[in-house]
Amino acid sequence: MQLEFLLEQVVNGLVLGGYYLLIALGLSLIFSVGGIVNLAHGAFYALGAYVCVELTTRLGFGASVAISPFAVALLGILFERFILRRFYTADPILSLLVTFGLAMVAEQAIRMIWGAAPVSTEIPQSFRGSVIVGDFLFSRYRLLVLLGIWLLLQKTSFGRVVRAGIQRPDMVAALGIRLQPYMTAIVMLGVGMAALGGAFFAPITTVHPAMGAEIMTVAFVVVVIGGLGSFWGVVIAALLVGVVRGIAIHFEPAAGEASIYILMFLVLLVRPRGLLGERIEKFE
Amino acid sequence: MRPGEETGMIRTSRRTLLRTGAAFAGVSALGFPAIVRAQAEKIRIGHLTPLTGFLGVIGSYAQLGARLAAEEINQSGGILGKQIDLLSEDSINPATAATKAQRMLEQDGAVVLLGEISSASALTIMQVAERNKKVFFSTGARSDALRGKNCNKYSFHCDIPNTVMVNAVGTALSQKGMVKGKKFFTLTADYIFGHDLLKAAKAFFGAHDANLIGDELIATDVTDFSPYLLKVRQAKPDVVCCNLAGNQVTNLVKQYAEFGFPYPLVGFNLNTGDAWAAGAGNLSGTWPTVWYHTLNNPTSQAFVAAFTKKHAKPPENHAWIDYITLKLLAEAINTTKSTDSNELIAYFDKQTQFDIGKARKAYFRSWDHQLVQEAYPFTVKPKDQMKDQWDMLVLGDVVPAANDPLESIYPTREQNPCEMKA
Repeated sequence: MQLEFLLEQVVNGLVLGGYYLLIALGLSLIFSVGGIVNLAHGAFYALGAYVCVELTTRLGFGASVAISPFAVALLGILFERFILRRFYTADPILSLLVTFGLAMVAEQAIRMIWGAAPVSTEIPQSFRGSVIVGDFLFSRYRLLVLLGIWLLLQKTSFGRVVRAGIQRPDMVAALGIRLQPYMTAIVMLGVGMAALGGAFFAPITTVHPAMGAEIMTVAFVVVVIGGLGSFWGVVIAALLVGVVRGIAIHFEPAAGEASIYILMFLVLLVRPRGLLGERIEKFE
Repeated sequence: MRPGEETGMIRTSRRTLLRTGAAFAGVSALGFPAIVRAQAEKIRIGHLTPLTGFLGVIGSYAQLGARLAAEEINQSGGILGKQIDLLSEDSINPATAATKAQRMLEQDGAVVLLGEISSASALTIMQVAERNKKVFFSTGARSDALRGKNCNKYSFHCDIPNTVMVNAVGTALSQKGMVKGKKFFTLTADYIFGHDLLKAAKAFFGAHDANLIGDELIATDVTDFSPYLLKVRQAKPDVVCCNLAGNQVTNLVKQYAEFGFPYPLVGFNLNTGDAWAAGAGNLSGTWPTVWYHTLNNPTSQAFVAAFTKKHAKPPENHAWIDYITLKLLAEAINTTKSTDSNELIAYFDKQTQFDIGKARKAYFRSWDHQLVQEAYPFTVKPKDQMKDQWDMLVLGDVVPAANDPLESIYPTREQNPCEMKA
């Protein structure tokens, strides 16, 4: 019985890892191709959630989840054209500072537009409830979302660009694609994924102005454990973080949140570049 | 070549930077004496409340409530003929709250302090108040220990304590046959407030033949509850009980609705701001509250009208409690004609009664400084009966009932270990 409960936590952790993946991949993508650690990434996640809530009242949940990442990706164009573009070759500390500042501006802008109080939205009735497979219980909504993320990354050309962009940015560039419009598309993809994460999370978490800052910590832990510049590193790390947290909560609930930082600490002790990270000259 | 290489970096000219810096310095030098002169004629009151973190949302309501009270008092001539200067800041965490409280009293010249929602931060501010011998009104902190073993002469407690919340909900649940012989599973916030609430809940379960079959202590930064919900399912309880606070209640309520468990979810703590954030279709069960904007009382309705006119939304219970606290403080200062903390304490210790917008007047109990007042259990309105998104709750019967003494739901002298030093 104990083993069954533990396995249930492991499987739940894998599902949760799928969520973290969506946010962490965009972060890793922008870093791999542009060399920018985007501290404003969480702001796009929050914007995705807010736009989704706003649209849900008019268009329903499904359409809103589909549209909000595109709406936020359009903002990504402005973000890349007017801000990021100036920092690709600059000292990394400058892009850290500017994106950190932008994250604060975005949080305050959300506060001014939607107010400090959270806004609410719900999962449609048909997506609610649990699915029991054998001895395991899953949230129906989370399973559907996970399936959506998998299809997006594995079966679409969008997913291929993400995978190639993170894994082989130099090769993509060497194919003769002009770099600047290409970078605009990469940033759109990255922030669009964060916004999609926000839209998916909106019905099951508090949608409030500081939600972007909350998710950034986990996203960074995932990217650092996985290693910058590695698609599979990020995938493995996201799943590992979800599973380790689940197991920790099973045995020692008080250590649940600390467990992912301990994991990061241990991974960095053994592999300072993360599980599958590559050597990145700019930072060494 | 990296993309964007040709654009280079942005450079701020040193001259621009120096010019801006000099302008700031000039304005400061010219402006400060005038500001200081103007402020000398005001009565300064320090207000601390969490504006960030898991209590930040309800804290921002508290700030709006306190500001509205200050504006209304100032428009009607101020207190003792002077305007109120409300210094309202984010308390952030217990250590910062104490530092800011000390600064407000020592450097900014605040005559009293009020505010706070986090019991952990309220505790550190209470210590500062006692050290400086200045009154502190803890407006939103609910831990029993603050008005119990940690009580002090300078601290007054305006919100209902954990024991009252447990009694309010417990009584309503008992009437529905959901307590006696039932198996409870609790999810508890892992800090002083949660520990204290669990203690009160255990006492209630013990006294009413209910069984606590599981409890999970949950760190305040947890946003995903799925691993805990799996543990709930493994335990197969009759009732799941939420002892969390702030955003965490909202997250739990949403995720509980997501998993669609058959066990009813109830809670011993909920603020209306968190209920609104959870959304009508997600919230269910029985919960406690200290105040709700639909309460049919002229004082309450006047406040609701003024707040709604200003902010285009109704006030939340923390907006109300900070509002009435500043109002009753102003009343006390005007009556005693003093801002001296000892004179104010003597005035409140007479158990002076105040209209706080409820059917019965409230008073600070002299031996533990608890504001003794009515409380309410509530359930959730069916969605099709809500007038608007704020009209979510149905208040149950007031506790204590109209013919029972107000203090009957509060810890007695025997139960409460408060001993104030003279």
